[in-house]
Amino acid sequence: MRSNAYTLTFTTLVTVILGLLVSVAATSLKDRQQLNVEIDMKRNILQSLHIPEDHSIKLSEEEILKSFKSMIKEVHINASGEEDPNGELTIYEKIMDGRIEGYAFPISGKGLWSTIYGYLAMKPDGKTVLGITFYKHGETPGLGGEIEKEWFTSNFIGKQIVDENDQLTSIQIIKGKVDPTRKDAIHQVDGISGATMTGRGVTAFLAQDLKTYDPFFRKIRKGQQP
Amino acid sequence: MSIMSRKSQQVLVDPLVSNNPIAAQILGICSALAVTVKMQTSIVMALAVIFVLTLSNTIISMLRNWIPGKVRIIVQLTIIASLVIIADQILRAYLYDISKQLSVFVGLIITNCILMGRAEAFAMQNPPGPSFLDGLGNGLGYGLILVIVSVFRELFGSGSLMGFQIIPDSFYAAGYQNMGLLVLSPGAFIIMGLIIWVQRSVTKVEEA
Repeated sequence: MRSNAYTLTFTTLVTVILGLLVSVAATSLKDRQQLNVEIDMKRNILQSLHIPEDHSIKLSEEEILKSFKSMIKEVHINASGEEDPNGELTIYEKIMDGRIEGYAFPISGKGLWSTIYGYLAMKPDGKTVLGITFYKHGETPGLGGEIEKEWFTSNFIGKQIVDENDQLTSIQIIKGKVDPTRKDAIHQVDGISGATMTGRGVTAFLAQDLKTYDPFFRKIRKGQQP
Repeated sequence: MSIMSRKSQQVLVDPLVSNNPIAAQILGICSALAVTVKMQTSIVMALAVIFVLTLSNTIISMLRNWIPGKVRIIVQLTIIASLVIIADQILRAYLYDISKQLSVFVGLIITNCILMGRAEAFAMQNPPGPSFLDGLGNGLGYGLILVIVSVFRELFGSGSLMGFQIIPDSFYAAGYQNMGLLVLSPGAFIIMGLIIWVQRSVTKVEEA
């Protein structure tokens, strides 16, 4: 049996040495990790705005940083949809040849198991979906996890978030396939079989986030129809 | 003892088949279910476990004569936990996409019974050389099962391997469907059960 003093000294020593090792690893890799997070975020913003046009092309890290710098303008807006440097909401504008080609904004909310994060991009008309991406989630791989796949996200393209009276309808993920003959088919996308709850979660937070950004897009829609 | 004496070979090769940590000792099942949906994540997870297990076994073995018996489990766990955090940090820095998919399961290597089991059962009693081989062997044995399970799950559950589509589109056009069950945990359980069955009939081991 060793003395208590020995045990204490030994454990303290082990803890200090290991703590040192862990902190060295964490701090020396921190820059690299933050860059990864930033690139991942930018890649998703670009993807929601169809940059590059062909989704099968995977941009390199430098291309992402370059495209983001040259084509994306970050705008802050406040709750009433006005441009405000201190506003809490962020819009990423895609600008090509001096014209705005789309607006992306962050979306997030609860799925089934986890908080899902992504970006929704609208066309310049302020009512048609340009693209959507989900980049961080803990949904079941192969089921709810399929939300990040292109076969699912591409269904959102061209859907409308408002009805003919300019009232916000958001987009619903339904159970099963959308019936194209229905009047509200333009606001619906096909669900993922086996992931009804994830779909419900996404539907709910899309409605919430679109409501938050509605004042901004309302202004844009008004600007379109003088 | 030379590094490839008969005994060393046994220490390294035993955990691959006859004394496989998953198939024979039924340890580390939780993570084996969680990360085997895709082959790529399985391989990275296997590498992370091999890294942690080899180093933790070696370090614990080097310290085995100094670790006070009263607090040995805590000391082992501290060493394992530190190595896991380092592995996780490296993955986040250099394999970001995969570390995102593995999410919490790299962190949960800490609670993987294989690591504590090898530390207690082997590294505390044996010198660093054999402990290194024991860690490597058990890590490889764990990885082997992970990869076998993931090949079945990805091929029949998603129609691909390593992310590349294997089942041709013409099959799907002809009515072939991916087997949704394999994507879920019960599918992994069934495959693992089959692997254990095959493994036991080959090694002729019977539960007492």
